[in-house]
Amino acid sequence: MPLIMGMSVLLACQFLGELLARGLTMPIPGPVIGMVILLAGLMVRGKVPSSLRLTGEGLLNYLTLLFVPAGVGLMVHFALIGRDLLPIVVTLVVSTALTLAATAWALDRLNRRRGGQGR
Amino acid sequence: MNVATLDQLWVYLSGNPLLSLLATLLVFILAVRINRALGGTPLVHPVTLSIAMLIALLLLVDMDYATYFEGAQFIHFLLGPATVALAIPLYDHRERVRRLLVPLLLACLVGIGVAVTSTVGLSLALGARLETVLSLAPRSVTSPIAMGIAEQIGGIPSLAAGLVLLTGSIGCALSPWVFRLLRIEDPAVKGFALGLSAHGFGTAQAFARIGAVAGAFSGLAMGLTGLLTAFLLPLITRLFGLGN
Repeated sequence: MPLIMGMSVLLACQFLGELLARGLTMPIPGPVIGMVILLAGLMVRGKVPSSLRLTGEGLLNYLTLLFVPAGVGLMVHFALIGRDLLPIVVTLVVSTALTLAATAWALDRLNRRRGGQGR
Repeated sequence: MNVATLDQLWVYLSGNPLLSLLATLLVFILAVRINRALGGTPLVHPVTLSIAMLIALLLLVDMDYATYFEGAQFIHFLLGPATVALAIPLYDHRERVRRLLVPLLLACLVGIGVAVTSTVGLSLALGARLETVLSLAPRSVTSPIAMGIAEQIGGIPSLAAGLVLLTGSIGCALSPWVFRLLRIEDPAVKGFALGLSAHGFGTAQAFARIGAVAGAFSGLAMGLTGLLTAFLLPLITRLFGLGN
């Protein structure tokens, strides 16, 4: 039952995360807290159980598919996007290019200063 | 034996979640095939293509989003556990992360800072509406996190999700040019920048186009960025005096 075991662990972490987020009214989504909980658990445990790896990596392999239903929701906001079409398109293209460049440049610089340890 | 007429069948099928679930999977498979046939070009990402085809299909058969989502929610639900599962690649690369912790964290902060300020600044300057600005703000974060953040700061979650997806495909398309322009060679740096600015799309792109090291660092950047942005963005928007 590795799939069921792995899925239960993931769902349990998400559940705990949701509980914490609601309980403490934290401005962070439950699954993100769940991710931190799982990471802490793995650190304590010292390895990734094979059932969890099977389920988790299976899900991550199809991560892109999981975006599709939410993305189709764009159709509901055609009107809103249409009204702000120009600002949205310009912002997305310019800001994404800037973000890519700034991150790559910063990490490259910091890496080199440390003697290229990142290689 | 009575044979049901076509429109009777349609009435039954369109009310059944099975149809939109199956349609989503089939369209995704088709989109992946089309992308492969085009040589895996980053310009036509399978997800962007799937979304466009599904929207066209829904408009064609006149099905509204709520009806579609009744079936597609079973796929959508898996985003939660998938977000939790991001802890696994983070754990796998903990040694490297620990060694590079300071540069990675600094680069991540720089990236998030540039992403958020340029997004909010540009969209405000170009006269976008406030709810649009707040839905744009978390756009470089993977969508389950971005949707949660958008909800927190007063944006529209599904609009934010759509903008995240657009960001992902734009990031994949722009990255080869940006890296060439800045003469970036290190796969770890390329992967990290892709994961930070184009989340899951960037990670998939890094694995497929650059290699395993880039993929690992991309996954790490995606996780770190999601986490840090979830903590920082509500504070930043408050600083800008936006939202609640």
